[in-house]
Amino acid sequence: MARKLDLAMARHLLGRAGFTPSFAEIQGARKQRASDVVDELIAGKHTSAKLAAPSWTAEAPLLIKMRAQRKKASMMTEQEKKKAKRAIKQEAGGRAVELKAWWFEEMFSTSSPLTERMTLFWHNHFTSGLRKVKSPVLMYNQNAMLRRHALGSFRDLLAGVARDPAMILYLDNVSNRRKKPNENFARELLELFTLGEGHYTEADIKEAARAFTGWTLDRKTGEFRFARRQHDYGQKTFMGKKGELDGQDILDELLRNPQTSRFITAKLWRELVVEPAPARELERIARAFRESDYQISELVRQILTSRHFLDPALIGNKIKSPVELLVGTVRLFHVELKATLPVIAASRRLGQDILEPPNVKGWEGGERWITTDTLLARQQLITRLFRDPGNMPTFARGGFEAILGAKAGADKKKRAEMMRQVVLPLDPVFGVDDLTDEPFELARQLVLDPVYQLA
Amino acid sequence: MMHRRHFLKLAGAAPLVMLAPSSALGAPGGNKVLVLVELKGGNDGLNTVVPFADPTYYKLRPQIAISKDKVLGLNDKIGLHPALENLREVFDSKQMALVQGVGYDSPNRSHFRSIEIWETASRSDEFLSDGWLSRAMEDHGDSSLVIDGVTVGESDAGPMRGGSRSLMVQNPEQLLRATRKLIRPTGASSKNSALDHVLTTQRELLRATEGLEKHLKRGKDPGVAFPKTRFGRQLEVAARLLVNDVPLMVVRVTLGSFDTHANQQNAHQRLLTELDTGLAALRQALVKHGRWSDTLIMTYSEFGRRAAQNGSRGTDHGTAAPHFMLGGGVKGGIYGAQPSLTDLAGGDLVYNVDFRELYREAAVNWLGLKVDELSGHRGLGII
Repeated sequence: MARKLDLAMARHLLGRAGFTPSFAEIQGARKQRASDVVDELIAGKHTSAKLAAPSWTAEAPLLIKMRAQRKKASMMTEQEKKKAKRAIKQEAGGRAVELKAWWFEEMFSTSSPLTERMTLFWHNHFTSGLRKVKSPVLMYNQNAMLRRHALGSFRDLLAGVARDPAMILYLDNVSNRRKKPNENFARELLELFTLGEGHYTEADIKEAARAFTGWTLDRKTGEFRFARRQHDYGQKTFMGKKGELDGQDILDELLRNPQTSRFITAKLWRELVVEPAPARELERIARAFRESDYQISELVRQILTSRHFLDPALIGNKIKSPVELLVGTVRLFHVELKATLPVIAASRRLGQDILEPPNVKGWEGGERWITTDTLLARQQLITRLFRDPGNMPTFARGGFEAILGAKAGADKKKRAEMMRQVVLPLDPVFGVDDLTDEPFELARQLVLDPVYQLA
Repeated sequence: MMHRRHFLKLAGAAPLVMLAPSSALGAPGGNKVLVLVELKGGNDGLNTVVPFADPTYYKLRPQIAISKDKVLGLNDKIGLHPALENLREVFDSKQMALVQGVGYDSPNRSHFRSIEIWETASRSDEFLSDGWLSRAMEDHGDSSLVIDGVTVGESDAGPMRGGSRSLMVQNPEQLLRATRKLIRPTGASSKNSALDHVLTTQRELLRATEGLEKHLKRGKDPGVAFPKTRFGRQLEVAARLLVNDVPLMVVRVTLGSFDTHANQQNAHQRLLTELDTGLAALRQALVKHGRWSDTLIMTYSEFGRRAAQNGSRGTDHGTAAPHFMLGGGVKGGIYGAQPSLTDLAGGDLVYNVDFRELYREAAVNWLGLKVDELSGHRGLGII
């Protein structure tokens, strides 16, 4: 696809590869070839967050503290015990909020939206949640691990996930022992993480569970630990392969199976393109993904430069997730939040509480994001935000130029039109004629248009 | 989902269908309404419906058992907590069904997971995204309803999470204020299915609020004093929706927290009093305005509590528990069996009525919805 991107297509590409792009970002991509833009996005990836994580993330996880507490507990009264327990619970609750705030702030400010988009994608694929894991430190470590590999090697990512302490707690591998295997992790590994339903047998799950026995965490450090005495060293048969298989053998086997590349390709395609991929295109990209030895950047590159993705008819066919809506709005209008807590509350209210997916399947997304109730809540939130120009002082002061830069020009009609093209992916439903030329009022009209819910 | 959306689109193309009264369409539920009362946190069943004739009960709960002379006896074996005087009256008038031993297989004792099981009507090892009522109401095809369901005073739709048309409101005024500025999208449906979905939803939202406004503006006051508690205010909103005949199927309210791990007696007494006086006021309002005969009130909770008390004069997370169904269409009486206090499963009561039997009664037998996934349940003969 040697064609150069126009404004709408540049916006489409950047929006899907990250969050709602600013005018400056769009300008940077405009008149370039899609493949060059995508290469640049990939080259600009991060492998760690740019904002400093809360200092406690370097400490031992609270669950270890809880253990120590329990040891001391023998010397405490009933009342003291309860008090200590409550204090730890409260601390974990406070940390959970700080962690979510930290991630939101990274998303608000990152120079590589693609990195955060992919980290969020993997969080929704390799799900774990604070409620079950209980330890904000371990959830932070998992988040850092997902970001490290977000655009790296899927092989490394999968290996990291299988040894991730938060995952080990979330899917109960901590109680997967030789004499009493727990199949939870093995089942989700096959069903949700690699092959997808219908591509394995119940026997495969049982054998995989045996192979992962003893993959646990060190209760002192909160790190991965292989507990030799809990591991089942017996003969196993997994998808036709026989031997003294251990967890890594299972992961290798899953990567040898081309179905894994198809499953991951189809899922990322749904995330970025929405409309299902034609079978041949899916197969072509899955093969390229495999042949790159599972380089995620290659998979992303293939999807974002596919001629199907660059079809103008697909512009605006995606419903923004709550996170996309909130982060995109903050980035686009230079919203300055006095606190991040209301954003966390808003994302929860709209159905996407980050680091708390509803269950192991993650958020279903798509049209499910919008119901009578959440649509009303989305519009209420936006209304509240735009009621006070003080929420976005840069925009309130700078007007069109704050959004469009020096290019804003003096022509009223042109400025308003440009603004519309930056804020919305498609023509507003409520008509173009009624739009005002007053920048703040115009923005308010545009964000309350149903089309603003789309990316 | 597609089914109902198609229906609405067709209805939109033929406005006459929209205008037809629900009776002409043979609407599934007529004007029938289900009021769900969620007892949040896991209500202690054994101190709600007390097996006072069983000495084991007093052995298991030496400090928190309800003494025999205080229990409001329903027969020679069981009776209600003394706070439930009004509910006893409803029971005596044969308009309350008490269902004992309600639960499910392989019970989960986590609040979060167990309420999810109840809300989605899943098996213990199955994960479903949408609420059971949402799935049940998606295809009802009754275009006379302004909204499928309303949750009052909560920020989670619970069993209505998903594709059904439901709203969460603190009170109707706040909702109407919020939607006054919404613009009605015009024009035909879009080729873009995401946009189409947003527009369809926005139209439904407007229809809902217009319907609410029409019925509530200068609407009747329930004319009954509700308790001045959060729960009482929620019920008052529910009463306003019902006595003004807002066409809807479900109203959900919540009361809690029933998570009584320590010193539970006073807290439980207070909660059950709120439940009892609140439901009594709702009943009074509905009787007064002629809606009692088409209202079914049903309680639910994520689990009951352990058979034995714990060391802090409280009870920990358990399993099976009794629930109430009351209303003008209920065949009153006792259903299910009191779980044995000696044959416990790891200290927990064993259920004998699957919670989906109650759902069958409420959704199929009462509201008249067609719910394939409940076809394996026969109901209990309450409706």
